Amino acid sequence: MRSVQALAVAILAMLTAYDPTLAAEPKPGGIFRIYHRDSPGSASIHEGATYSLNVPFMPIFNNLVLYDQHKAQNSLDTIVPELAQSWAWSGDGKKLTFKLRNDVKWHDGKPFTAADVKCTFDMLMGKSQQKFRQNPRKSWYDQVEDVTANGDYEASFNLKRPQPSLLALLASGYTPIYPCHVSPGDMRTKPVGTGPFKFVEFKANESIKLTKNPDYWKKGLPYLDGIEFTIITNRSTAVLGFISGKFDMTFPTEVTIPLLKDVKAQAPNAVCVLEPNNVSTNIIVNSSNPPFDNIDVRRALALALDRKAFIQIQFEGQADIGGTMQPGPAGLWAMPKEMLETIPGYGPDIEKNRDEARKLMQKAGFGPDKRLAIKIATRNIPIYRDPAIVLIDQIKSIYIDAELDVVDTAQWFPKVARKDYSLGLNLTGNAVDDPDQSFYENYACGSERNYTGYCNREIEKLFDQQSAEPDLNKRKKLVWEIDKKLQEDVARPIIFHSRSGTCWQPYVKNITIMSNSSYNGFRYEDVWLDK
Amino acid sequence: MFAYLVRRLALMLVTLFGISVIVFVLLRIVPGNIVDILFDAAGFVDPTDKANLEKELGLSDPIVVQYFKWIGGLLQGDLGYSYVSEKPALQEILPRIPITAKLAGLALLFSASIGIPLGVISAVHQGTKLDYTLRVISLSGLSLPSFWLGLLILMASVSMFGAMPIFNPNPRMWTEAFAIYAVPAMAVGFRSAALTMRITRSSMLEILRQDYIRTARAKGASEASVNYHHALKNAVLPVITVIGIEAAFLIGGLIVTETVFNIPGIARFLVEALRWRDYPIVQNLVMFIAVVVVTANFIVDMLYAAIDPRIRYGD
Repeated sequence: MRSVQALAVAILAMLTAYDPTLAAEPKPGGIFRIYHRDSPGSASIHEGATYSLNVPFMPIFNNLVLYDQHKAQNSLDTIVPELAQSWAWSGDGKKLTFKLRNDVKWHDGKPFTAADVKCTFDMLMGKSQQKFRQNPRKSWYDQVEDVTANGDYEASFNLKRPQPSLLALLASGYTPIYPCHVSPGDMRTKPVGTGPFKFVEFKANESIKLTKNPDYWKKGLPYLDGIEFTIITNRSTAVLGFISGKFDMTFPTEVTIPLLKDVKAQAPNAVCVLEPNNVSTNIIVNSSNPPFDNIDVRRALALALDRKAFIQIQFEGQADIGGTMQPGPAGLWAMPKEMLETIPGYGPDIEKNRDEARKLMQKAGFGPDKRLAIKIATRNIPIYRDPAIVLIDQIKSIYIDAELDVVDTAQWFPKVARKDYSLGLNLTGNAVDDPDQSFYENYACGSERNYTGYCNREIEKLFDQQSAEPDLNKRKKLVWEIDKKLQEDVARPIIFHSRSGTCWQPYVKNITIMSNSSYNGFRYEDVWLDK
Repeated sequence: MFAYLVRRLALMLVTLFGISVIVFVLLRIVPGNIVDILFDAAGFVDPTDKANLEKELGLSDPIVVQYFKWIGGLLQGDLGYSYVSEKPALQEILPRIPITAKLAGLALLFSASIGIPLGVISAVHQGTKLDYTLRVISLSGLSLPSFWLGLLILMASVSMFGAMPIFNPNPRMWTEAFAIYAVPAMAVGFRSAALTMRITRSSMLEILRQDYIRTARAKGASEASVNYHHALKNAVLPVITVIGIEAAFLIGGLIVTETVFNIPGIARFLVEALRWRDYPIVQNLVMFIAVVVVTANFIVDMLYAAIDPRIRYGD
């Protein structure tokens, strides 16, 4: 009798532990319906700088290598081969060679070869006859001397100096391989790739449609018959559409925390995740003109920040405090908390920080009777405007009376490039959680995206040192040191790193939202619908 | 009459020419163009690449040259290419016109078919509970912003029916096809219906006090005949004027409604094109809207003569 009871308990335990979706065989078929937050300017990933492009068009392409689509945290260890079967570094770390697949065809039937790899990177480096209309990630390949095709199925990247993180850049959703035989103009309107889905149509402000590539080189994939993106610019309409079941998934990492609550209340079966997205909200300081050319005023500004208050007001406490690099545990390069708290303005005692800030302001000639009047410029969209308003409130405590100067998106970057601002509230998204991308892009002397014009040759030497460092632990320590110096210099004070939500219907399987980038996780080749 | 028509048509052409100049110049006065947006949104400003693209798009030509290139093309049916999609502007605009036309037509129909009868009822029952109720409804129609009403309708649809009437290019049933136009048309037409109702009511009240209405009643005409045959026919003139003006104003309401209900019509497309400074699309769409408005005004003027025998357009 006892053995029968034990058997019954065991069976019951097995049944309760059994999740049918885990063991279920993927079901082929179905159209995956997602709403898209806006109409991307074109279909060419290489010519864009927004993940509005990556989400719908990444499924058309393949990279040489790619971040594992089912590991939320991107790192060098999660990089898997795609068009490359394998890769190898030379002994001196200055040559990276890829062995390519020989069974891959472009969607128009032409074979994929190493010439396509060379073409793609020649265009990215601005070395080819054909040019992109815009080439926002040209600087990613500054250390690449050239790319050579060794026969049809081998390609090598020859570097000026060792750069271990090149592989991280190549694994980004921003680095698809383009065909040589299709012009950049055609890639903007009718992209051709080797990926799991073929381009069908892109109706501006309406929809983007992809269909299954039946000749995909990964046999048996993709499971879906197609993907349809309906462009809905009104966020409320879009979320209501998801709740009513018109869509299988929201636009990735686009659901705010209050909306996430609405979704869970009205569609309790929906699967929702809230992940960090490697986007920092920061202050750009014009240090070329008074009063912020004075380091004391800049330091006072950094000391006045109550980061927790920002996070509480905007994210109901669900965002992260950190330096330039994304905070842990999702971020790979974040400095330890103890180190972070030694940076002025990061300590827990806000009143003590602000006392110190007021002293610095008084030293610079400001005080209760002589308040500093400035404007805080920012883009006229809520994710920029809202923290700017909180900032205005916080810096009142250090004798600064700021006025909000909202700027139309079309004018925002030209205004910043002209340095026509004193303080600006800015958002910085990182495509790859790697210091090379973040440091060179945002802080290197003369970099196009170094909006504040911050230039410190000593720190720049450290940028190069960390970039060439093959030992991961040594590199991390260097990165922490650099990040700390950048914050101490008030180069671009980081306020917080945001998190954002994504929801999908319970029958959508194999979705993974990346936790340290919003740009790399949309291949969708093994997503399937359990219905 | 012929001379009047010629004068009106000439005036329409002058108006359209003026609009073309104004829209062209205004677009170029607004800071930033497509090249600024494309390059600067990417945070990358290479002056040479930027200049090359401006040259490629014809933006580096003097403004007068740009204007005559556009107008010359327009007169030959060549609307140019969208800067964003790189497709012919005509190909981008044409499929969207029927969508907005259906929506606007339904909204106007809704406005007239609800506003006029309710206006008459309200006037005939002046001072009664029914009159007060209808006046409250009309006031709410004038006060509710259409985006708010639209969102409210969508939320109610989702919570009551578990579905929402947003645009679907391939509706499965006629009910869905009807709902995707009728519901937004009601949302945008509600304000217009309220206005029509108020104008009809006040115009009717004025007419109902006229001597000839008393005479008609004295001769034994039925109330329906007095109200609809004798009074409404004379009260409808200002209503037609208002409906004509509303047709022109509708485009503003449609921008919001097309956005909330996600309808890919020309109103929403115009806003998106403005956001991208897609000059060929904006210029041609504004000209299209101008032609519609000018023509609607012309039709309204002609209708006056058809409805009111006292109005004649002499030579």
